[in-house]
Amino acid sequence: MNPRRIALIAALLLGLTACGDESWHGKSIEGLMPELEFELTAESGETVTESVFAGRPVALYFGFTHCPDICPTTLARLVAAARRLPEPLREELQLAFVSVDPQRDGPRQLSDYTDAFSDRMVGLTGSQRQLKAFTRRYRTTYGYEEERSDGSYNVSHSSAIFVFDASGEPRLMLLDSLGVAEIAADLERLLSREARNADNA
Amino acid sequence: MSDCSYSSRAVSDFLAFFVPWEFSWLVQISIWGALLLYFNGLRRMSAGEMPGYGPIIGFVLGVLLMYLVTQTRFDYWSQYMFFIHRGQHLVLHHLAPFLIALAMPAPVLARGIPDPVRAWFARQGWLRAIWVPVYRWLQQPMIACILFVGLIAFWLTPEIHFDAMLNLTLYWVMNWSMALDGLLFWWLMFDRGRGGITPRLGYGTRVLLLFAVMVPQIIIGASITFADANWFEVYAVCGRAWPLDPMTDQHIGGLITWIPAAMMSVVGALVILRFWIYDDAAQYAARTAPARA
Repeated sequence: MNPRRIALIAALLLGLTACGDESWHGKSIEGLMPELEFELTAESGETVTESVFAGRPVALYFGFTHCPDICPTTLARLVAAARRLPEPLREELQLAFVSVDPQRDGPRQLSDYTDAFSDRMVGLTGSQRQLKAFTRRYRTTYGYEEERSDGSYNVSHSSAIFVFDASGEPRLMLLDSLGVAEIAADLERLLSREARNADNA
Repeated sequence: MSDCSYSSRAVSDFLAFFVPWEFSWLVQISIWGALLLYFNGLRRMSAGEMPGYGPIIGFVLGVLLMYLVTQTRFDYWSQYMFFIHRGQHLVLHHLAPFLIALAMPAPVLARGIPDPVRAWFARQGWLRAIWVPVYRWLQQPMIACILFVGLIAFWLTPEIHFDAMLNLTLYWVMNWSMALDGLLFWWLMFDRGRGGITPRLGYGTRVLLLFAVMVPQIIIGASITFADANWFEVYAVCGRAWPLDPMTDQHIGGLITWIPAAMMSVVGALVILRFWIYDDAAQYAARTAPARA
């Protein structure tokens, strides 16, 4: 645990940040969660790690392609918000969709699904063990409903978009109550700050 | 063949239930340490000093319940389903401490401490000098009530609840605070030992306090049950243990915060009334005995 994280947790315990960082529309998760790390299967069927994002900021969402409502609407809002970003920032941001339903979401299915939203979106999935490890790391979970007679079933999953910065540090959680404009504002603020830091460095 | 694999699956599911979701040395040491001290105490007691079967079963059950809701699969469900989380707190704050305090385990636990350790503690006057005033301050009727209801309200404040569910350290602080406060409160309610440091409240005061904490719990529980907005978004954010309508989850959670929690006050009051009647009868007998002689 790095000293900054300890200090942040201490501040949390004192209730200083109990109400969150009001200046974001989403919720700041800086210091609350560990940095990006995973081993999953890409759309190509290959096993990949967080290095697949090549040091770019990532907006990541957990779902499943048979999801009737929340996943498509959330991903559509994310894509619409990303399109509103000014040119250099738009190129920077990587979008990722992690399916927690590997039984139905093979590489082909995932690739068709993510391509329908944006060519900047990568689809990932994995074995139950890999997915459990990854979701648990971000204190989220998922579960399956009993299969219906037609073979369909519902899946519970996280409803938030997790945003990681270029160094893989968790920064923001965009809740599903946010609109396109709010998501765009948060992403622009975070990414332009990142870009400034990169220039200064 | 399929029967065999089915039953072995059931066995492995059963065993998987007992694998702690978030293993905690502190909880493990506290739980097994308390049981060890208790049984060592019982072993060293003479037949006349031993508590009856009721208190022994009550104490062990209370401690094991605390273990069950924090160091098994139950803890996983509590983290990812609001109504199960409310059940976890019902056990940690109401049911388990109720059983433990009712068993009055202090004399047994004290006897269970190895003599050298007890002698060492007896020499540490400063420890007692700090602990006794703090404990007695916490056990003032008003403070005890405010803490009991205040902690329920504090951790159920949506913003605070959100962070507690997202950060593991805060999550443990929340659960420990509920368990420790539950022990403090029910200990104060059921204390009837002699020479302890717990303030001896009159039985009438205790019944009054139980009703004083019941009313705000009903208000909190009913507000959650009848809320038409989803107050606890964190369960949607983190994903639920299985697909369940968020409002259904919140309604059941509200009902658990409301009805069984309030019932514990009623049951507690009935227990105290029993003490009261028993003590009155004993006093009456003591008064009339010399007159008859």
